[in-house]
Amino acid sequence: MQGFFARVLLVLLALAGPVSAQDIVLGMSKNEIGITAFFNGSEILIFGALKHETVASSAGDLDVVVTIASPRDPVTVRRKDKRLGIWVNVEAFDVDLAPSFYAVATTGPFDQVVSQASDLWHQISVRQLIRAVTIPPSTNNKDQFTEALVRVREEQGLYQMLPGSVQLQEQTLFSTSVSLPSNLVEGAYLARIFLMRDGEVVSQYQTSIDVQKVGIERWLYNLAHERPVVYGLLSLAIAIFSGWAAAAAFRLLRG
Amino acid sequence: MYIYLPIAEVSVNAFLLLGLGGMVGILSGMFGVGGGFLMTPLLFFIGIPPAVAVATEANQIVASSFSGVLAHVKRKTVDFKMGGVLLIGGLVGAALGVVVFNYLKSLGQVDLLVKLCYVLFLGVIGSLMFAESLRALRKSKQVAVVKPRKKRGLVHALPFKMRFRVSGLYISIIPPIVVGVAVGVLAAIMGVGGGFVMVPAMIYLLGMPTKVVVGTSLFQIIFVTAFTTMLHATTNYTVDMVLAVLLLIGGVIGAQFGTMIGAKLKAEQLRILLALMVLLVCAKLAFDLIVEPSELFSLGVVGGH
Repeated sequence: MQGFFARVLLVLLALAGPVSAQDIVLGMSKNEIGITAFFNGSEILIFGALKHETVASSAGDLDVVVTIASPRDPVTVRRKDKRLGIWVNVEAFDVDLAPSFYAVATTGPFDQVVSQASDLWHQISVRQLIRAVTIPPSTNNKDQFTEALVRVREEQGLYQMLPGSVQLQEQTLFSTSVSLPSNLVEGAYLARIFLMRDGEVVSQYQTSIDVQKVGIERWLYNLAHERPVVYGLLSLAIAIFSGWAAAAAFRLLRG
Repeated sequence: MYIYLPIAEVSVNAFLLLGLGGMVGILSGMFGVGGGFLMTPLLFFIGIPPAVAVATEANQIVASSFSGVLAHVKRKTVDFKMGGVLLIGGLVGAALGVVVFNYLKSLGQVDLLVKLCYVLFLGVIGSLMFAESLRALRKSKQVAVVKPRKKRGLVHALPFKMRFRVSGLYISIIPPIVVGVAVGVLAAIMGVGGGFVMVPAMIYLLGMPTKVVVGTSLFQIIFVTAFTTMLHATTNYTVDMVLAVLLLIGGVIGAQFGTMIGAKLKAEQLRILLALMVLLVCAKLAFDLIVEPSELFSLGVVGGH
C-alpha cells in the first residue's frame, strides 16, 4: 500500500500536473440501450487503451477490471423451513440496496487481480457492493441472506463473475464484452474500469450506460402509470373485442 | 420470436404464450372455468412476476370467457337470470375477499394461505366430482337413461323463490346468493375467476343441468374478472397489455374450439375430465409444499408478497 502511494506521489510530482499517471481511454459499442418490443438482451463491447507513458518496467503487470451495475433497489430475502410437514417462509431479511444486474469482468482470476483491501474499499465484487450498504457484517446470521441473494441471482445470470474475460494486449489495449439479459430494469447503468497492479487500484474510470424503454414499450408503460383507468378500460376493450371477433369468425367459418 | 413485456419487464417467447393461451382457452370453453387456476402457476413458471401474472390473467379471462359465452348464447345455454343473481353475490364476495386478503397480508404468509386454499379446495372439489361423475358414468352405461335428480330438502324450504326457466329450477334466491358470495371471496383471495369452484357448486348445490352451468358460469366470470382487472390496473399498475394480448389471441380461439368439443361430450365425461384436471393441479401444488425445495431462499420486492 505504502509503496503504491509513494509511487503515485513520485509520478505526480514528476508530471507536476493534475493529470493522473495512468489514464484510461475508453470506448463502448453503445452507451445507451433502447428496450424495444423485440428486445432480447444486448451484448455490450467495452474496449480501450491505457495511457501509461510512465509505466515502470520494474513494476508488476497490469490488470484490468470492468464492472457493470444496474441501479440498486431494496430486496426481501426469505428463508423456508419445514413446519408441520410443509415448507413455509419462516424468516425474512431486507437487503437495503442490491443491483438487479451486476457483472465483473477481469483479466485473471478475481482473487489474484483484486486484493481484499481494494475490494473492500472500491466495492468491486457484488458481495462487497451489497454489504457496503447493508448492516454491519457482524450481525448474527444475516450474512446467509446476502449470500443467498447473490447465489439466486448468479443462477439467474443476473450476477456474473467473468474471470479472464478481459483481454489485455501489450499492457495497453484491453477489450471485453458483457451480455446483458433480457429482463433489464430501466435506469442509468454504471460501468467502472479499474486499472490494477498487484491487487491494488492504480487508476479508475467510470461512465454510465442509459437503459430506457422506447417506442410502444415506453408509451404503454407511461399510460399504465399515468392514466391507469384509461389503461384498464383499454385492456378490457381489447379483451371484449378479441372475444367477440373470435366468436364471429368461428360463426362465419361454420356457416 | 421474443417480445419484451413493458410491465412485467421481461422478454418472453411469443409463440409459447400463444400456445399457453390456446390450451387454457380450450379448457375454458369446455368446462366453463376461466382457467386462471391453471394459467397463473404456468406464468410464474416461465418467469412472469407473480403480481403481473395474477392481474394480467384476470384480463385474459375476460376475453376467453366473453368468446366462450357468445357461443353459449347462440346455443341458448346461458341462464342470464341465475347468472345475475350469482353475480350480485359474487361482487359482494369479491369486495369481502379483498378485505380478507389485505388482513392476511398484514399477518404475512399470504402466499402460503393462498396455496393451502388451492390445495384444500381443489382437492375436495376434485375428489367429490370425480367420485360422483364416475358413479354417474357407470350408471349411464348400464341403464343409458339418467333420471333427473329431484332434491327435496332445505334448499326448497327457503323463502324468496324465483323461477329460473333456462335451468328448469324453481328455488329460493338465497342459495345462489350464498354460493356467489362464497365464490367471490375465494376468487379474490386466490386471484382467479372462481369457475372451478362455481361450476361444481352450481351442479351439486343448486342442481343446475351441466350444459347450462358452463355458459352461466362464463357469463358471471366476465364481470368478476373485469372488476378484478380494473382493480389491479388502478391500484398496483400490474396489468401487462402486451402479455394479455398474446395470451388472449390464443385464448379466444381456444375457447371456441373448447365449446365445440364440450358440445360433443356427455355431461358425465365433461365432469370427470374437469375433476381429473382439478386433482392434477392440486397434486402438483401439494407436492411443492411437501417436498424440500432445491433453494430454500427466495427473493421478493420489499413490502410486496
